[in-house]
Amino acid sequence: MHFRPDRGFTHLASSEITPRAAYAQRRDLLKVLGTGIAGAALAAWAQRDALAQAAPPGKLAALPAVRSNLPGAIVMDKPTRLADITSYNNFYEFGTGKADPAQNAHTLQTRPWTVAVEGEVKKPKVYDIEELLRLAPQEERIYRLRCVEGWSMVVPWIGYSLSELIRRVEPTGNAKYVEFVTLADSKQMPGVRWRVLDWPYVEGLRIDEAMNPLALLAFGLYGEVLANQNGAPVRMVVPWKYGFKSAKSIVRIRFVDKQPATSWEKAAPSEYGFYSNVNPGVDHPRWSQATERRIGEDGLFARRRQTLMFNGYEAQVGQMYAGMDLKKFY
Amino acid sequence: MGRSAAVAGIGATIQRLLLRPAAKAVLFATCLLPFAWLFYGAWADRLGANPAETLIRNTGDWVLRFLCLTLAVTPLRQLSGWHALARFRRMLGLFSFFYLVLHFLSYAWLDMGFDLDAIVRDIPKRPFALVGFAAFLLMLPLAATSFNRAIKALGAVRWQALHRLVYAIVLLGLLHFFWMRSAKHDFGEVAVYAVVIALLLGWRLGKAWIARRAH
Repeated sequence: MHFRPDRGFTHLASSEITPRAAYAQRRDLLKVLGTGIAGAALAAWAQRDALAQAAPPGKLAALPAVRSNLPGAIVMDKPTRLADITSYNNFYEFGTGKADPAQNAHTLQTRPWTVAVEGEVKKPKVYDIEELLRLAPQEERIYRLRCVEGWSMVVPWIGYSLSELIRRVEPTGNAKYVEFVTLADSKQMPGVRWRVLDWPYVEGLRIDEAMNPLALLAFGLYGEVLANQNGAPVRMVVPWKYGFKSAKSIVRIRFVDKQPATSWEKAAPSEYGFYSNVNPGVDHPRWSQATERRIGEDGLFARRRQTLMFNGYEAQVGQMYAGMDLKKFY
Repeated sequence: MGRSAAVAGIGATIQRLLLRPAAKAVLFATCLLPFAWLFYGAWADRLGANPAETLIRNTGDWVLRFLCLTLAVTPLRQLSGWHALARFRRMLGLFSFFYLVLHFLSYAWLDMGFDLDAIVRDIPKRPFALVGFAAFLLMLPLAATSFNRAIKALGAVRWQALHRLVYAIVLLGLLHFFWMRSAKHDFGEVAVYAVVIALLLGWRLGKAWIARRAH
């Protein structure tokens, strides 16, 4: 048996994710299997996870939160390791490679930071990040994250529903869409020097999508504030859509009456639609969307797992798309 | 006078080194290094958060690199006069094929779980995969006729005509890479390969054009 390098985390709420009885039973089963040769291999694999649980936490500031009781906000899947969540990122402002953001994002200055909330609202306001942090109670929510590239993670985010902020600025009747704008400062973000995308990064949601309580304004993960490469100091998390719909390091939230021109849609309209709901039935030209690889959990030789409609959040969000042709509005 | 003699001396030394029996063994071991690294990385869990993706991408990178090296042999040989380089062309070509097989196998295994039905449905659905698969199919007859008796059996002229398929293969490979990266709008590396391949193929076109004009 050989031991793998420990790249794990401490997750304070781990016992809440999987009921103790369930994992105790699983461990007993593993012990039984452990008698065979195949079982020995499985036991080594299981031990790897056990080791990961004992690892020290990260080094960022703690961000206390209460467990969310919103339906659908806590999935039962095992959270992805912090080391994987913070080292495997798509954040082109820091480079197009998956490892680039972790390497380059240290130059991002997250204080002072303001978020301008403007457009079709009665009470536009430039929020200081400290005020945003205290705007509503911080909740821990464990969401699946499905990347359009065919991989997925499970992330214990900390934040609150975007609707909390939306209600406070009082959108007008013309506010049909919400646009999110990411910082684009080439001094802090080396990737912005290359015109891979039309900077700044712009994403958008329909107003009813933005008001859906699952749409999360996130400030942290794993009990700490967000690492820069994960979109510090504030980002969106829209768990039923492909990851790129969730803008990172947001500086502007704008309420508009027309569908915003989003960055990836502008770059390749036939590949990335405005809605980009997770949908195993609509393939990307370069990737099948029917299956996905769960980072850190599905071993090298494990079968990919089936992708779920709306990433498994159909019960919570499906009704918003009733009657829409999702092949057309991909 | 003394200088050109020195240059000639260095050239002769290089030629001698290239002709050493050990040269092939050294090259063989060197060409296996990327494979050894990936194999070790997979075993020791050192391939990052998504090891399957790392394996598929890296083996693909090495196919393009070995194809470029293979295609560089003849221009380099003719420009430098180190004709002993010709000894290594077949091995480099076969290593291109070796990494292409690994590339295809890692896709078929790690991404598709060797589900033949799924693979057959998946490849035609995605033009970029189809192009890569076409390059793979085109490379099969080249690998199959890489030994001396095949050259004899086919006759040098037919064998050479068949092996010109490598030009199509490298272009399909480049298109495959370009399409893959176009999803990310990231053409930096693609441009490097494009320039190298353009030089390697352009040199051959130039030679052919000059030869035709001479007749």
